[in-house]
Amino acid sequence: MSKPIEHDYIGLSEPQLPSMEKSSDTNNKKNALHLKATELRLGLPGSESPEWDDHDHNVLSLKTFVSGAKRGFSDALDGGGKWVFSGGSGGGSEGLFSPRSSGNNNGGKGLSGSDSGLGGPVLKDGATQKPVVVQEKKPQAASGAGHGNGNIAPASKAQVVGWPPIRSFRKNTMASHPPKKDDDAEAKLGSGCLYVKVRMDGAPYLRKVDLKIYGSYKELSSALEKMFSCFTIGQCGSHGAPSRDGLSESRLIDLLHGSEYVLTYEDKDGDWMLVGDVPWEMFTDSCKRLRIMKSSEAIGLAPRAMEKCKNCT
Amino acid sequence: MESSELKRSKDSPNSDESAGLSSFPDEVLERVLSLLKSHRDRSFVSLVCKDWYNAERWSRTHVFIGNCYSVSPEIVARRFPNIRSVTLKGKPRFSDFNLVPQNWGADIHAWLVVFAAKYPFLEELRLKRMAISDESLALLAVAFPNFKALSLLSCDGFSTNGLAAIATNCKNLTELDIQENGIDDKGGSWLGCFPESFTSLEVLNFANLTSDINFDALERLVGRCKSMRVLKLNRSISLEQLQRLLVNAPQLAELGTGSFSQELTFRQYKELECTLSNRKNMHTLSGLWEAKGIYLPALYPACTNLTFLNLSYAALQSSELAKLLAHCPRLKRLWVLDTVQDKGLEAIGLNCPLLEELRVFPDDPFGQPDYLTNEPMDEAFGAVVKTCTKLQRLSVSGLLTDLTFEYIGRYAKNLETLSVAFAGSSDWGMQCVLGGCPKLRKLEIRDCPFGNAALLSGLEKYESMRSLWMSACKVTMNGCRLLAREMPRLNVEVMKEDGSDDSQADKVYVYRSIAGPRRDAPPSVLTL
Repeated sequence: MSKPIEHDYIGLSEPQLPSMEKSSDTNNKKNALHLKATELRLGLPGSESPEWDDHDHNVLSLKTFVSGAKRGFSDALDGGGKWVFSGGSGGGSEGLFSPRSSGNNNGGKGLSGSDSGLGGPVLKDGATQKPVVVQEKKPQAASGAGHGNGNIAPASKAQVVGWPPIRSFRKNTMASHPPKKDDDAEAKLGSGCLYVKVRMDGAPYLRKVDLKIYGSYKELSSALEKMFSCFTIGQCGSHGAPSRDGLSESRLIDLLHGSEYVLTYEDKDGDWMLVGDVPWEMFTDSCKRLRIMKSSEAIGLAPRAMEKCKNCT
Repeated sequence: MESSELKRSKDSPNSDESAGLSSFPDEVLERVLSLLKSHRDRSFVSLVCKDWYNAERWSRTHVFIGNCYSVSPEIVARRFPNIRSVTLKGKPRFSDFNLVPQNWGADIHAWLVVFAAKYPFLEELRLKRMAISDESLALLAVAFPNFKALSLLSCDGFSTNGLAAIATNCKNLTELDIQENGIDDKGGSWLGCFPESFTSLEVLNFANLTSDINFDALERLVGRCKSMRVLKLNRSISLEQLQRLLVNAPQLAELGTGSFSQELTFRQYKELECTLSNRKNMHTLSGLWEAKGIYLPALYPACTNLTFLNLSYAALQSSELAKLLAHCPRLKRLWVLDTVQDKGLEAIGLNCPLLEELRVFPDDPFGQPDYLTNEPMDEAFGAVVKTCTKLQRLSVSGLLTDLTFEYIGRYAKNLETLSVAFAGSSDWGMQCVLGGCPKLRKLEIRDCPFGNAALLSGLEKYESMRSLWMSACKVTMNGCRLLAREMPRLNVEVMKEDGSDDSQADKVYVYRSIAGPRRDAPPSVLTL
């Protein structure tokens, strides 16, 4: 169904003010740009940009701004070319690019490794918004962009209100519930997820969990319970009663923390450890994979294992 | 017709005069005009002569106001006595990106008070970027006995308590559409406020909300609202629950699933697949939060007639997307995450011959660096505006000189909305746009080197536009004052930032208005 055509009314009857709104099919027009937009590679005005002259073209006398690039990032780019472009575009925006300044002064070309990292500035709705443009102050503004506001902090990430142009609603939604990837990639540190394989003894196939989405051992353990419940009951994909009917959480907790199973992990050194000994953050940093062992096999750990499991909360 | 009787009693001298001139009796004219839906046509009609102006104003039932400050509710009510449906937009678009102060304005309450008095038969209210409180929602819920449709998009200031008031009191509600608002989610009990006798709901969209809702109440509601055609759930709804709801809603045209990642048994999966099959009416599919690739095939039978697929919350791989798209031959609009990568885009190209809109969202909304180059891209945008002659909306940013804007001014003759960030080299760029784009209605600019000369070059232009936004540019207070002085029918608002230079106009919002300067501006907003 086509969109209704809407035109602005403000009650003006003079002929020189016809309503001109026509919002039909605007979406249809966005796509061409959009595809192109995802192809283009842009750097923000920076080191080799044409002159942005402070002083030209202003008929009325202007006090030029305090030093520092108005355009935020240009100085930071000098010699660095840190302007980067993200291939996607944000909700509600059409083909805007995501500049990102590393703010580093090291002048290296290309992306600085330190820039990759979890998230960027989190801009929450409701917070007082101050323009937090942080830029490098360059003694010789080679870019010519001598206009700007504020001075620069050598932060690794410049923070600009409203940039990248992703609507804050979407940012907030994604921040609280990042879409989880169900892929087979290796655990990717620093990209916001940390997938590790989980094997349960006796189960026909493995699973993967993203350790980053849990905040504690308790959350992990209940997620694993849910994940492997069907195996424990012994019916997965049955054609009779759904396998999860009648499953109570407490039974599973008993299974994992009681007599039948023990949760272990392989750490960076290749050793198999009992889950729960170290602080959660340390665990997520060192865990490479998980294994839910039958406690009959965890003989070497058994007595302590039982004790530790009970403390796994 | 009631309205024409009223009209005759009010305007009798006019009707006497025109009876000889016009071959149409008023009733016929009004009847004919009542068939006009396009507001643009209606505006032109109202300019023909006084009779037509009157016939148009009496026959109009829907009013669209693109800028709530361009006119006052009293003026609207005076001109259009028979309004049943109102669409209002408030804050500048950049408020979606946190560039507009929190307390800027655009409060609906004053409008509701006038509507309660003048439009007691109001049926529909659609708001975008307005501030609305629970108190306003409560007023809305009781002041309009025929109220049918409420749509809130990108609004803020209310909580689920306000929704409870609507659910409790609006006996004839057909549409409750809550999208992307800054809502204070206090829990899902509001949904249980729909009385058991209530059956009229056709559109229910609560995807915006995060809390768990009372699923039994929802299931009963969907079960008894036999005309439901749009159902968009929030992510608290599991796949199992989705299946139970869908069983009772075979005629859905638009579905927004809840979370798509519950662990399902084989039987549950098959049940879901079965419930989704044969949905020839379904044209829009969204939600799919955390969609697991292995469950997507359950959707295949529902996709036959899909025209809009929103996967922007499902981190799919290219292969998963490709397989899904093979079942969506009629797709016109597609939103995806960039997890689908180049191969995914290729799959789109291969599978969607009818595609008109594609949006690719970044999986990480906080920006990950990807590519960079230092060459200006003027020619690229120039090529776009030269070849896409029907382009109506455009956003540009990045390493662009005035040349880009020369191209825009020269070629983008159908451009209505332009959004510019971090681009341009001098005033000339903005002057090209203002001088060259005859249909320009909305211009929003941030962080560009455009100053007073550019601002003032559009003096004549701004009255034909809805609004202009300039922030972090080079415009000064003096420039704004001059603009305000020369153009009394424009409201020139300046928002000052703390600690900035007094002479700089940090954020400027200019819009035409017949209501004069607004009286509800917060202290940080000056009207010049």
